Amino acid sequence: MAWPTLHKQAQSGGDPNLASYDEACASFSWDNARAELDGLPGGGLNIAFEAVDRHVRRGHGDRLALRWLGKDGTVRDFSYRDLMLLSNRFANALRDLGVAKGERVFLLAGRIPELYVAALGTWKAGCVLSPLFSAFGPEPVRMRMALGDARVLVTTEALYRKKVLPWRDQMPQLRHVLLADAEGDALPVRTLSLDHALRQAGNDFAIVPTAAGDMALLHFTSGTTGRPKGAVHVHEAVVAHHVTGRLALDIRPDDRVWCTADPGWVTGTSYGIIAPLTNGATLLVDEQEFDAEHWYRVLQDQCVTVWYTAPTAIRLMMKLGADAVWKYDLRHLRFMASVGEPLNPEAVMWSQEAFGRPFHDNWWQTETGGIMIANFAAMDIRPGSMGRPVPGIEAAIVSRGAGDVTPLDTPMAVGELALRPGWPSMFRGYLNEDERYQKCFAGGWYLTGDLAMRDADGYFWFVGRADDMIKSAGHLIGPFEVESALMEHPAVAEAAVIGKPDAIMGEAVKAFVALKPGFSADEPLRKDILGHARKRLGAAVAPREIDFRANLPKTRSGKIMRRLLKARELGLPEGDLSTLESDEK
Amino acid sequence: MSKDDIRRIVIEEIANIAPDTEPGAIDPGSDIREALDLDSMDVLNIIIALHTRLRVDIPEADYPLLLTIAGATDYLAAKLAG
Repeated sequence: MAWPTLHKQAQSGGDPNLASYDEACASFSWDNARAELDGLPGGGLNIAFEAVDRHVRRGHGDRLALRWLGKDGTVRDFSYRDLMLLSNRFANALRDLGVAKGERVFLLAGRIPELYVAALGTWKAGCVLSPLFSAFGPEPVRMRMALGDARVLVTTEALYRKKVLPWRDQMPQLRHVLLADAEGDALPVRTLSLDHALRQAGNDFAIVPTAAGDMALLHFTSGTTGRPKGAVHVHEAVVAHHVTGRLALDIRPDDRVWCTADPGWVTGTSYGIIAPLTNGATLLVDEQEFDAEHWYRVLQDQCVTVWYTAPTAIRLMMKLGADAVWKYDLRHLRFMASVGEPLNPEAVMWSQEAFGRPFHDNWWQTETGGIMIANFAAMDIRPGSMGRPVPGIEAAIVSRGAGDVTPLDTPMAVGELALRPGWPSMFRGYLNEDERYQKCFAGGWYLTGDLAMRDADGYFWFVGRADDMIKSAGHLIGPFEVESALMEHPAVAEAAVIGKPDAIMGEAVKAFVALKPGFSADEPLRKDILGHARKRLGAAVAPREIDFRANLPKTRSGKIMRRLLKARELGLPEGDLSTLESDEK
Repeated sequence: MSKDDIRRIVIEEIANIAPDTEPGAIDPGSDIREALDLDSMDVLNIIIALHTRLRVDIPEADYPLLLTIAGATDYLAAKLAG
C-alpha cells in the first residue's frame, strides 16, 4: 500500500539546523565543515580535542558533557572539564605503561563511564580505539583482537574472565589488561586496576599531535566470506561526525542527546560519543538494557531532546502500544531518528501517533563512518524511505557489469547504492586487507553492497543486501563467522546461515546444518549445537533457529548456495539453478 | 500445578532458548539478561514459549515482571490460579 507523506510544519523551538535541504546542499562544502572545528593549537587534528578540550578552552568547562544513569539508579555527571581531566589521566596512564602512538586500545565493556574516558584518552595519546560489543562471545572477541593487534584492553572483571581469560595465553602481544571494577587483591593475575592507574596519572597531558590522516578508529565488520574486516577510520572523520550530527540529527549545544546504540558498534561511537560532544551538547548514557517503560521514563525525567535509536527497539515499543507512551510527559523531545536497518513505514506512522512526531530513518554503515542518507527535521518524510543524501554526499544507484559501473537514472530502478568517495569519515582501508578494500571501489564509486532505489524526487529506498549479509536487530552479521563457529561443533559436517525475516529484528539468524555420519538429528543435539554457537558467538550473533538437513545445496565448486536455502525458506522463486550441483536433502 | 512445577518449566524454557546457560544454577532473584547473557530477543522468545506452553496470556506491559526466575514463577502462578 502507499503511505501518506508526512509533511513538516514550522516547529516550536526555532528552525532546525538544516532549515532548507536544497539551500543546505547548494551552500555546503567540506572546507566550511572543517572550519567548524578548531584543530589542535599546534597544528593537526584530534577527535578528543574537538570533542572535549576545545569547549573548555572556550570557557564552557562547566557545561554538562555526560550524564550517566547506572543500573542501580546512580546518576553521575561529568562536566566538559571533568572529561578533559579524566581523559588526560587515561592518556597519561597509557604513556606510563609505555603504549606508543598508533598502537591499538580495545574496549570491551557495557555502558560504563570509564569506557567514555578511555575512548577519549586513547585518542589523546595518539592511539587507535577499537570498541567491541560486550555481548560478543569469546571467539568474536579473540578474532578481532588478534586481527587488530591489540596492545591494551579495557574491560571488566566478569567480561575478562568469561571472554578473554580462556585464550589470553595465545595472545602475547596483548600487553596490558585494565579492569574497570577490580582492585588490589581482587585483581586476576596479569591484569591492572584502571582506577588505580587513573589515580596515579597526572591531570595534564599534551595531546599527541595527530594528523588528519592518522588512524583513530578500528571498527570491525563481518564479511560474507573470510574473517571479519577492520575498517580503518582517521581523525579527520570527526569533521563528518560533527557536521552530520548537526545537520542530520539536528544537535544543538543546549541539547540532551540520547543515542541508545552500544559504543561497541559504530553508531555508538560516532553518535553515542563523538558527535554530541563536538557539538557541545550533553550526552546521556543509560547503562540498563532495553525496557520500553524505563526508556519513556528516561526520556521524560532527563528532558531528552534528541533521541537516536533502532528499529528493533521501536517495534518492541509498538508492541507495547501508544497508550504506554502517553503516560509520560515528553514535551522536551524535539527530534527522533532511527538507524540499523530500514524502518518500516508502519513504525514511522506509529511514532507519529504515539509521540506526536515521527522517527527519521537514516542510512549509513561501518565503512562510511557517519550518516550518508537521512530524513531531515525540515524535510517531508516518505515513510519507508531512508531519505536523501546529506549535504556533501553524492549518492547514486548503479549497476555493476563486468569491470564497469553504470549509474541508473530511471526512477525506482533497482541497483546497488553507491557513494562518490572523498568524504572525511570514509574508511581508509580494511586493516591488512588491501585487496578486499580495493574491491569496494569501481568506476569512481564506493559500492556499498546494499540494493536500493531512488525515486524521482531523490529519496532513496532500501531493497536488500546485494550479498548474503544479515541485518539483525541493527547488527550486520556475516554468515561465514556463524558458519565457522557451527562447523567447530563435533557433530556438524556442513553449515549454512541465512537471515530469516522477523517482525521485530528485521532478520533473525537461521542456520541449516548437515551432520557427520553417526550423529542423529534430534532435539538434544539441536540444543547442544545451539548452546555451542551461543557460547562461542554470544546471543546477538548466534542463530536463533537451527534446522537439520541431510545435505546442503552446493555449486559445482562446492560453495553452499545460501541464496537458494533462503528462497526456499521464504517460498520465493528459486532463480537460476544452473550452477547447482548437489541439491538439498 | 505447584509453584515448583512452574519454576521447573520456567527454567526449562530458558534452557531451550539458551542451551548454553544453566538457569537452575543462578540466583532466582537476579535479572536473567545479566546473569545468563541473554538479549531482549531471547527474553521475548522465552515469554512466547511460556505463553504457548502454559496457555497464559502475558500482556507486553507485564514483561518486566518476568525478568527474574522468581518473578516469572510468581507471575505465572498467580495467573494460573486466577
